[in-house]
Amino acid sequence: MTGLPRAAARLAGDRLALAALGLLLLVTLACLIGPFLTGRAPDRIYPDLVRTPPGLAGHPRPEAIHPVLERLAIRMRVTLEAVSQEAGSVRLTLTAERAIDPRVLAYLPRSDLFGEAAILERAPDGRRLVVEAPVRRLHFLLGTDTLGRDLLTRSLVAGQVSLLIGLVATLAALLIGTVYGAVSGYAGGGVDAAMMRFVDILYALPFVFFVIVLVVFFRASLALILFAIAAVEWLDIARIVRTQTLSLRERDFVRAAEALGLSGAAILRRHIVPNTLGPVIAAATLLVPRVILLESFLSFLGLGVQEPATSWGALIAEGVRTLEATPWMLAGPAAFLVATLVALNLLGDALGDALDPRARR
Amino acid sequence: MIGFVLRRLLQAIPTLFIVVTASFFLIRLAPGGPFDLERPLPKAAREALARVYGLDQPLLVQYARYLGALLTGDLGPSFSFRDLSVAELFARFLPVSMTLGAIALILAVALGIGLGALAAFRRGGIADRIVSGLAGLTVSVPTFVIAPLLQIAFGLGLRWLPAGGWEGGAPAHLVLPAITLALPQVGAIARLTRASLADSLGAQHIRTARAMGLPDHRIARHALRGGLLPVVAILGPTAASLLTGSVVVETIFGLPGLGRAFVDGALNRDYPLVMGTVLLVAGFVVLLNLVADILAAMLDPRLRLAR
Repeated sequence: MTGLPRAAARLAGDRLALAALGLLLLVTLACLIGPFLTGRAPDRIYPDLVRTPPGLAGHPRPEAIHPVLERLAIRMRVTLEAVSQEAGSVRLTLTAERAIDPRVLAYLPRSDLFGEAAILERAPDGRRLVVEAPVRRLHFLLGTDTLGRDLLTRSLVAGQVSLLIGLVATLAALLIGTVYGAVSGYAGGGVDAAMMRFVDILYALPFVFFVIVLVVFFRASLALILFAIAAVEWLDIARIVRTQTLSLRERDFVRAAEALGLSGAAILRRHIVPNTLGPVIAAATLLVPRVILLESFLSFLGLGVQEPATSWGALIAEGVRTLEATPWMLAGPAAFLVATLVALNLLGDALGDALDPRARR
Repeated sequence: MIGFVLRRLLQAIPTLFIVVTASFFLIRLAPGGPFDLERPLPKAAREALARVYGLDQPLLVQYARYLGALLTGDLGPSFSFRDLSVAELFARFLPVSMTLGAIALILAVALGIGLGALAAFRRGGIADRIVSGLAGLTVSVPTFVIAPLLQIAFGLGLRWLPAGGWEGGAPAHLVLPAITLALPQVGAIARLTRASLADSLGAQHIRTARAMGLPDHRIARHALRGGLLPVVAILGPTAASLLTGSVVVETIFGLPGLGRAFVDGALNRDYPLVMGTVLLVAGFVVLLNLVADILAAMLDPRLRLAR
């Protein structure tokens, strides 16, 4: 493993790679803890704040408060006689044909736009109420979608799904590819030829089409998507590991282990696989963005992650559908996805360079 | 040469056989059937349909029949496009996908190799940085993000080009989809060209040529010969995927191509259409890989057309 520490040192001197790593950590952290910080559920619907453009302003806007109250009044079965806005609160005069049940005031906080209402005056017959309620200021940094859901929270939760699939499917592909490649390379001869011929045949298969067939015909589930992607992506890893194994097999320490009577499985586990780690790590880092891209491609077509769960691809699909009216529905999730892919690709390239023994410097 | 081509075509037969067999059983073992409509058909109608299409037979009989029909070049009738055969559907959808794919391929190869070579010859310079940066970006931006951005910019904003539709293949309708298809490949080919040209520029014979005082364009020609080998190697799969249509691009731009037809066919459980498309794509991959190998042997005589 002499290559790895040297590669790490080289990587530490690569500012671009470090920036990519930082960006990646930032996105991951944001996706993991961000949904708790935004304080709302990804499926929370704000019917009064549909299609809110992104920005720093608080919502509801002062000019939007009156229409919102009109709609609430209908649900409360009262007439809105007067509204006056003060700093951070509204004072409402409500009237009705019959005595107003104060319990209808619960509609105000339930809308999430106002706080708990306090009754200031009450007519003796109960048909007229003056109440005061604080106005909540909600912030939607990335705007809301056509149903009035917060896009920031949704993008972050979607990121959890995309990153999880990227990671797990890559690990699965890594496992299959490493075992297959190491066994093939170490066995050599006819076994190796047969195993690699099988890989060649698989390479010729139209895999994207197979993945589509799989997820369409067997109803997309998270496990199936993971399986389908891993089944497609292990081939490259298998080839890399095999090539490495072929040369390692002839090295003295492997010969020594064989002479000491170690079993083939033990040699593979202790001597071969650990030594193929370097190139495999670089290949795996480049595999993660491919996997994330494949998942988002499936979700974009509506074949991947299904409602109520969501992923970046699914959010982008929603954004493309209403591109003209609400371009920000595309912008937010797309920015997350592209940033992640760029960072992963940069990091993978840098790792490959750092591990390349022929590289100058 | 002819022997090589024949041998490779023979080798393709087991591959295609595996493709057919795997996709046949994969599709048939999945739940759901082609005539599960929202409003269920009467039992008699279902049985009649199953009889007409041979779906009432045991699976292995159906498989044998399908293989038999394939040998005579018959891909069967489509289930979802009634009265049309799969071959007729291909005749309708494939030209759309292939036209776009061919334009995208030419764009990708010309721009990719050109920009990659520019970056390699001016290594470390401004051109190199710009090309490398842009190439890295296009590889990371998915087509389903590029396509809507192009639509917004040139279709809806500037109104230079139509934002979608096919209109019988009018040139203006081809521009945005072809660019969308080509961009990620331009990036990939440029990166590959730059990397392998940089390697081949450091090779012994190039140093010798430099020492002999050969002019730059002569050196470039020698370097390109070896440097393009890895590019040619990926051209096979790239061309196959471009020519057989992209579901995403066809969906976003509303084009009647093979990719979209395939996904709709899968959603409708149109077994023959799905099988036929998978087989067609596999055939394209095999054929274009063969072409790429022949090209590689022409570039580098050391690669004899063995194996």
